[in-house]
Amino acid sequence: MSSVAHTETAAWIVALRVARRKARLRLIAIMLGLVVTGVGLTLVTGPSMTTPSELLRILAGYDVPGASFSVRELRLPRAVLSIIAGMSFGLGGVIFQTLLRNPLASPDIIGISAGASAAAVFAIVVLGWDGSAVSILAVIAGMAVALLIYLLAWRDGVAGARLILVGIGLSAMLDSMIAYVLSRAPAWTMQDALRWLTGSVNGATLAEALPVLLSLTIFGGLLLARRDNLEAMRLGDDTAAALGVPLAREKLLAVMAAVGLIAVATAVSGPIAFVAFLSGPIAKRITGPGRSPLIAAALVGALLVLLGDYTGQHLLAGRYPVGVVTGALGAPYLIFLIIRSHRSGREA
Amino acid sequence: MTTLNVEALEAGYGSRTILTDLDLAVPSGAITAIVGANACGKSTLLRCLARLLRPTAGQVVLDGRSVRHIPTRDLARRLGLLPQSPIAPDGMTVADLVSYGRHPHQGMLSRWTQHDDRAVAAALEATRTADIADREVDQLSGGQRQRVWIAMALAQETDILLLDEPTTFLDIAHQVEILDLLVDLNQSRGTTIVMVLHDLNLAARYADHLVAIRCGRLHTAGSPESVLTERTVKEVFGVSCRVIPDPTSGKPMMLPLGRHRAGAGLSTEDTTS
Amino acid sequence: MTAVSSTGSTLGALQRSRRSHLAWLSVVLSVLACACLLSVSLGTRDVGWADIFAGVTGSTETIAQAVVVVRVPRTVLAVLAGAALGLAGAVMQGVTRNPLADPGILGVNAGAAMAVVIGIAWFGMETLDAFLWTAILGAGLAACFVYAIGSLGRGGATPLKLALAGAATAIASSSFTIAIILPRNDIAGGVRSWQIGGIGGASFDAILPCLPFLVAGLILCLLSARGLNLLALGDDAAAGLGAHVAWARGGAALGAVLLCGATTAICGPIGFVGLVVPHVCRLLVGADHRWLLPFSALTGAILLIGADVIGRIIARPSEMDVGIVTAFIGAPVFIWIVRKRRVRDL
Repeated sequence: MSSVAHTETAAWIVALRVARRKARLRLIAIMLGLVVTGVGLTLVTGPSMTTPSELLRILAGYDVPGASFSVRELRLPRAVLSIIAGMSFGLGGVIFQTLLRNPLASPDIIGISAGASAAAVFAIVVLGWDGSAVSILAVIAGMAVALLIYLLAWRDGVAGARLILVGIGLSAMLDSMIAYVLSRAPAWTMQDALRWLTGSVNGATLAEALPVLLSLTIFGGLLLARRDNLEAMRLGDDTAAALGVPLAREKLLAVMAAVGLIAVATAVSGPIAFVAFLSGPIAKRITGPGRSPLIAAALVGALLVLLGDYTGQHLLAGRYPVGVVTGALGAPYLIFLIIRSHRSGREA
Repeated sequence: MTTLNVEALEAGYGSRTILTDLDLAVPSGAITAIVGANACGKSTLLRCLARLLRPTAGQVVLDGRSVRHIPTRDLARRLGLLPQSPIAPDGMTVADLVSYGRHPHQGMLSRWTQHDDRAVAAALEATRTADIADREVDQLSGGQRQRVWIAMALAQETDILLLDEPTTFLDIAHQVEILDLLVDLNQSRGTTIVMVLHDLNLAARYADHLVAIRCGRLHTAGSPESVLTERTVKEVFGVSCRVIPDPTSGKPMMLPLGRHRAGAGLSTEDTTS
Repeated sequence: MTAVSSTGSTLGALQRSRRSHLAWLSVVLSVLACACLLSVSLGTRDVGWADIFAGVTGSTETIAQAVVVVRVPRTVLAVLAGAALGLAGAVMQGVTRNPLADPGILGVNAGAAMAVVIGIAWFGMETLDAFLWTAILGAGLAACFVYAIGSLGRGGATPLKLALAGAATAIASSSFTIAIILPRNDIAGGVRSWQIGGIGGASFDAILPCLPFLVAGLILCLLSARGLNLLALGDDAAAGLGAHVAWARGGAALGAVLLCGATTAICGPIGFVGLVVPHVCRLLVGADHRWLLPFSALTGAILLIGADVIGRIIARPSEMDVGIVTAFIGAPVFIWIVRKRRVRDL
């Protein structure tokens, strides 16, 4: 127990940490690059391709006949909404998964997204609202569903398994409510219906994207500022409390911020299927063990929505909204996760 | 030296009261073991000490101040806790986990310092886990994992360490290893240790001070010799036993008497006396 | 002497419980009869007794009588589908020893619906017979798939694993269903009828081809009651008591799959009936499958008729699909069951 030995061990630990941080930064840089590539693809692809040089000119403010309108008014809002909605879903999802210590406890599986979506569709179809009023109602509904799940799952404490099952039950109910409201809508088109059932970024406008950007800045910033406490909460309530985390306050803040992220994004793009569920685990797989990957999860979310939308619009035969693509992608992964988590003998 | 006292404590879950009117002075710099039958309130007492549970009456006093009025982070710098079944996130390495012990020493703005690294290193070495620092926690054996969790609590650099059944689910070799480790810490750092233990004989051998709880009340507290008697065991656990000196340590050791198999060498007078 | 008298009193208790079961049976039967009457008389247009009687005997002279003629097959379908789903739920809960098993939650109905949609879109199926066989095939595949995934790994098929595997399968199937239908405007009924079940457009012509399947499923399920009682004790204990575990389980599951597939082929996926009904019946007659299965069938019929009537009343002048109503009745029950259980059993 000499201090020399301590210094050696300490140096080794520092070396481990520095190496990992470098690797992590490199990965985040690569992901940023991919996001930029995805945006580029979305911007240039259409019925007629826009060349990169034309694209740069359009973005710099010049008019290019035949391309300016579709890039500025159609593709750019689409790309922007894809990125910020994807980041909101990714970050909100990973917060839930971290807090509940279970990859299955993501807001789209336990019904938070369904709640926000049901409220949004109700506000639009039945009440005839639009704009930020829809977002606000969606946030309130998301919070209410979160509270309801928590209360219903409470019995001498909240256990992950019970909470997830209660959430599955609630989302079944909310989904049929969405289906009912949609079936009552006077002029419901398939595209409208699919937005609220599986999520879509069709017809996005920059004005719509603004509240999402705002919530991403506020709630995302709040969560990043408190990530140390979030980290400690991964060790379980007792340990976190013993490490000096004011549990009640921190949990409430984190859940409210995450619900805010999910609900505001859902009010605009619909509950894009499985992005919240997929982003965290994929980010974790990419960045490896250690701290929970908040930024990486947000970037993965943006990538999923961008590429899912691109695939649905341009690579498949029909024109599918992004939610159908991510839904088809997410279900096999959910099954894989169930199989894998049981192989290792852990509780799902 | 930090002092920890319990005054007229009453606590429970919901409307169910578990502990009633409990007074206790935890001896500083010593090892205290809390013993008692299942569901008698041992863990509840420990949770109150660690402020995980708010008492319905009475208080827990740390250095003359009720723990309720001590800021959370402040408390975590003075009092560490190892819960009964702590959770290690998937894929977390030993070094990562032990680093969490530094959490209470870091503010919103302060950065990780060299002292933090040194505290982590010291904790790893004290628990002999330095050579597995880059392994993942969920791939370790039960004994190794428990040592890592103790290392995390050590990195917290607290004067008092509370442990809830640190030896459950471990085989006898690892039980002894963990308890030896706790004695090492107590002797080298002067850490006050309070733990809930199931095994009476191990408790008597390793603890300086035994606290016997019966039905949520303090039954007896004191040296192992004064607590581990045939009468106390009968009253606290409801089982007849013989207490003999442990031939290896000289501490008291109890042999339970059931209805079968143990009566051959004993007359009824022996068991009731 | 005490042994004799206690045996006597035990026997008495057994006989009493048998009598109480018979009493419950008559209650359930009369409720079912009332529900059928309500279903025929209530709706957008309420109908009086005289018209009901005339309509049932085939007269279509007044509008009311014509309404009755339309409502009769609908009621028959509700009885058949409800009984099939309730029975299938009870059998699935027995086979998987899992309180949350339900053809909807386990994704069996969604699998059947997807199979039918694939059949229509890719193979140009048109006949009801073809729908039926495809739906049963889809239901069977989905059931095997979900059970296989849910029982992998330690601890076997726990409620949580099965529910998740079912949810994943249901989401995957409905995603594919949407993806298949979306570019095809020609597919009758569109997405909606394959997402939410309903019994609105029932006719005897559509019901008739299903009957053989329903009867076969019913017989298989009722025959497996004894085997399910043994399976409830765990596979090892059942084998120790002389049950052929694999056969008992396979036979019962096949019966349930037949019932779900046939129901989904005509009604679309209806969830939660199979979940709620066995739990209610267990409160009435206990866990003995020889009583539980017939009771589940009867109660399932009552529930589905009730849900259909509610859907007609609350959304007047139009209707709410029965699948939506059952979700609203069933989800709270699901949550109640989840709450009731201890965490380590989930």
